Amino acid sequence: MIEAAIYYAYGALCLALIFNLWRLFAGPSIIDRILAVDTMVINVIALIIIYSIHQSTPLYFEAALLFAMFGFVSTVAYCKFLRRGDVIE
Amino acid sequence: MDNIGEILVSALIVIGATFALVGSYGLVRLPEMMTRLHAPTKATTLGVGGALLASMCHFIFFEGTLSIHELLISFFLFLTAPITAHFMTKAYLHIRPDIGEHLPKPEGGDWSTYETPNGDIRPRT
Amino acid sequence: MMSPHPPKDERSLVQRWVPHPLLTVTLTLIWLLLANGLSIGGLLVGVVLGLSIPRITASFWPDRPHIQNYGKAFAYVLLVIYDIIVANIQVAMIILFRPLKSLNTCWVCVPLDLTNPEAITVFAGTITMTPGTVSCDLSADGRALLVHCLDAADPEAAVSDMKTRYEARLKEIFP
Repeated sequence: MIEAAIYYAYGALCLALIFNLWRLFAGPSIIDRILAVDTMVINVIALIIIYSIHQSTPLYFEAALLFAMFGFVSTVAYCKFLRRGDVIE
Repeated sequence: MDNIGEILVSALIVIGATFALVGSYGLVRLPEMMTRLHAPTKATTLGVGGALLASMCHFIFFEGTLSIHELLISFFLFLTAPITAHFMTKAYLHIRPDIGEHLPKPEGGDWSTYETPNGDIRPRT
Repeated sequence: MMSPHPPKDERSLVQRWVPHPLLTVTLTLIWLLLANGLSIGGLLVGVVLGLSIPRITASFWPDRPHIQNYGKAFAYVLLVIYDIIVANIQVAMIILFRPLKSLNTCWVCVPLDLTNPEAITVFAGTITMTPGTVSCDLSADGRALLVHCLDAADPEAAVSDMKTRYEARLKEIFP
């Protein structure tokens, strides 16, 4: 049963990533693209965690944690760059 | 016991994945930037939260080890989701000055995006 | 040679060595979560980190956030978690089934009674996480929040709901 749930989750998350990619290409404003990248990062975190349940290993948590941190920092840096024209003032 | 664990883990995985999918679908379907911001910041945090809870339950029920550092990721995401949303709206208000004319005005002064540090109102053109 | 009257430090020994007790506890807990297990060694490293990091960075945090009522703070966290789950289901229903023409999106201005910066931060974060609302901006004088509602038939009711549900509780938690 867990196997079936995991395959369903793979499908749903891949579809979600395709939706995000569509928003990334379609835009229209640059904030839409930033939002799409931010959502993609969160979906990838979910995908990594589901994969680690599938493999029954806790090895992937550091990868998920790093994704979360880099996703947050890069979103903030993009927005800061748009507002101030500079990231570190 | 194993049956309960199996049902719990499967349900959490399915709920989490469904919420992540709905959030991304909202990103595609909703018509305008500000409404689109609502979809992923909410639905996706619960999506990842469900997956992380599923992972915790899986390690408790099937590996017999207590794995708690998943809490750290969900804690981090719950803290950062409002901050990224706030940053994105401020950047959006900044690059789209025409929206500022439709905003309700606070008593005395203006929103901080439109005000310079010395108290002048930045022209909204 | 030491001067006979060194300038007297107003703070007690505990205050000097543990400038931020909450930060110390949080850092120790985060280290234990990262190490993924409770062991003597892990706890020791966590305590050392939790004591040294606030001490080194103390000059960046001149004020200490003051929580008056820990029981009410815990109840508030539970309330917010419950609201986040309800918010997710409501927003999911709107995304999936509502015709887009019938959405009542609006901007509202929420006047703030809170003055404590930490309390305003928690309030803005709570608004973003709960049903169909995102906090967007703070007024320049810090007395009002700009909130975007995804679906509010009655903006006045939405504002008073936010104020009674969250702000009144936060006023009791933060002095």
